[in-house]
Amino acid sequence: MRNRRKIVNIVMLSLTGACTVVIIGILLVILGYLFWNGARYLTVDFFTKLPAPVGESGGGMANAIVGSGKLLLLAVLIGVPFGFLGGVYLAEFGTGIFPSVVRYMTDLLNGVPSIVIGIFAYGVVVARMHHFSTLAGGVALGVMMVPIALRTTEEFLRGVPQSLREGAMALGASKARTIATVVIPAAIKGIFSGMMLDLARVAGETAPLLFTSLGNRFWSPGWDKPTSALPEMIYHYAISPYDEWHRQAWAAGFVLLTLVLLVNIIARQVLARTSHAG
Amino acid sequence: MSAAPTILPRSRVGTFADRLRAGDQFAYTLTLVCAASIFLVTCLLVYELWIGSALSREKFGWNFIFTSTWDPVREDFGAVPFMFGTVVTSLVSLLISVPIGLGAAIFLSEMALPSISDTLTFLIELLAAVPSVIYGLLGIFLLVPVLESVVVPVLKGTLGFLPIFSGPFYGVSLFSASVVLSVMIVPFIISVSREVLLAVPVDQREAALSVGATKWETTWQVVVPYAKRGIYGSIFLALARALGETMAVTMVIGNTPKVQTSLLGPGDSIASVIANQFTEATSDMYISALIELGLVLFAITIIINGLARLLILTTGGRVAK
Repeated sequence: MRNRRKIVNIVMLSLTGACTVVIIGILLVILGYLFWNGARYLTVDFFTKLPAPVGESGGGMANAIVGSGKLLLLAVLIGVPFGFLGGVYLAEFGTGIFPSVVRYMTDLLNGVPSIVIGIFAYGVVVARMHHFSTLAGGVALGVMMVPIALRTTEEFLRGVPQSLREGAMALGASKARTIATVVIPAAIKGIFSGMMLDLARVAGETAPLLFTSLGNRFWSPGWDKPTSALPEMIYHYAISPYDEWHRQAWAAGFVLLTLVLLVNIIARQVLARTSHAG
Repeated sequence: MSAAPTILPRSRVGTFADRLRAGDQFAYTLTLVCAASIFLVTCLLVYELWIGSALSREKFGWNFIFTSTWDPVREDFGAVPFMFGTVVTSLVSLLISVPIGLGAAIFLSEMALPSISDTLTFLIELLAAVPSVIYGLLGIFLLVPVLESVVVPVLKGTLGFLPIFSGPFYGVSLFSASVVLSVMIVPFIISVSREVLLAVPVDQREAALSVGATKWETTWQVVVPYAKRGIYGSIFLALARALGETMAVTMVIGNTPKVQTSLLGPGDSIASVIANQFTEATSDMYISALIELGLVLFAITIIINGLARLLILTTGGRVAK
C-alpha cells in the first residue's frame, strides 16, 4: 500500500514536469519554425517595395510597415492620454462608488473580443464617414489600448508609498503638483513599460482592422484612405493560394513577432526590476 | 502646472478659485473626464451593437439564436451553426489545455525552484504575447500538415469508432481550430493558476506533509482544493478568450457553417464569420445580422468574464492582465 502511494507520487509529479516540458517545447517549436522560415524569406525589398501585382514575384510590404506605424501612432494618441489620465483619477482622486464602476467597466471592455471592437469602430467611424480609413483602424486599436493603459497606470501609482505624497504636501505643494512632480515620476518607469506592452499587444491585432482600415496594396496618403498593416497583410497573404505570397507572409510574421517579443522581453525586464525595487 | 508655492493651508478648505489656481480642481476634472470616457465608450459600444442589429432583431426575434439557416441571398439568417462552432472549439480546446496547463502550473508552483519557475513562467507568458494572426499562420502551414499526416491517422486508428472522429479530414476543421486555441489559451491557465497556487499558505502544505501525506497527495488533496476557485477562474478567463478569438480560428476552421457530430469536418465560428463576411455584406439586413452575431458574442464573453473575475477575486489571487 505504501509502495503504491510512492509510485503514484512519483508518476504524477513526473507528469506535471512533462506538461511543463510540452509547453516549453511548443514555444520553442513555434519560435524556431517561424524564425527559420521568416529569416529565409526576408529580403531588403520587403522593407522598401510595394506589394508586387498578383503573379509577379518580388515586391515587399513597405506600405504595410508604414500603415502599421500610422495606425499605432493613432492608437497611442487615443489610448494613452485617456488611459493614463483615467488611471490617475482612479489612483489619486477616486472615492465613492464611481471609481468601482469605472474599474468594472474597464475590465469589461478589456474582455470584449477584438472583432466586436472592430464592429464598434465600424459603426462609429466607417458608417458615419461612408468609407474605410486609417482613422477608423486607429480608433479601433486606440479603444483597445485604453483599458490596460488605465489599469497599469492605476496599479503603479498605487505602488508609490503614501509617505512621498505626504512629504510633498507637507512642503506646501498642492495635490495636483504633488501628483505631477512627485507621484508620477516615481511610477513612470512601470507605467511606461506597461504602455509598451499594451502597444505591442495591439500591434499584432488583425480582427479590428479587417473592416476599419480594410487593407490596401498601395501607399495610403493621409488618414482617410484605407491602409494595409502588417498583421492584416499576413492574414491575406497566408490564406491566398500563391506560394510567393506565403513566403512573404512568413517574412512579415518574422518581422512582426520579432518586434512584439523584443518589446515584451525588454518591458518585462524593466517591470521585474521596478517591482523588486518597490 | 501654474501652481505657485501656495500659502493655502490645505487645498481642501480653499475656495473653488483657490483650488482652481492650485491646479487641483483642473486636474480632478480632467482625470475624471478621462475615467468617465471608459464608461461612455462601453455604453456607446453596447448602443452601437444594439442599434446596428435592430433590423435583424426585429425580423428574426429570438429565432435568430435558434435557427440554423444562413442564406445571404434570401436574407434568412440564424446563428446556430456559428454558436455551435464557437462553443465546440472552445470547449475542446479547454479539454486539451486544462490538464496540461494545470499540470504545468502545479510543477511551476510546487516543484520547480523559484528561479527556474520564474524563468519558465516568463517564457510561457511570451506565448500569450504572440499575435493571433501568427498562430493562424503556423496553424495553416505547420499544424494542419502535422495533424493530417500524423495525429489524425492515429486518432482514427484508435478512436475512429467514436462519432466525433468520423468522416473525412481535409485539414481545416473544428479540431484544428481547437488545437490552435488550446495553445493560445494555455499560458493564461498556467500563469493565473500558478499564482493562486503560490498564494496558498505554506502551513497548509506543512500540515499535510507532517501527517504523512506524500508530496503529490499534499498537492492534489490540500493545495489544489484550497486554490480551487482561482483555478476555475483561470479556466473561465481562458474560455472567454477562446470564445472571442478570431484570426487564428478563421484561418484553420474551414468557414463552413454547419452543425455536425464529427470534429474532423470544417465548421465556422461567430467571430470568424464576422471577420470573413462583414466586408462582403451587401445589404443592410446582412450587415445587421452580422452585427447581431457580434452582440451575441459580446453577451457570451461578458458573462464568462464576469464569472471568471468573481471567482479569482474571491480566492484573493490577482487577475492576470
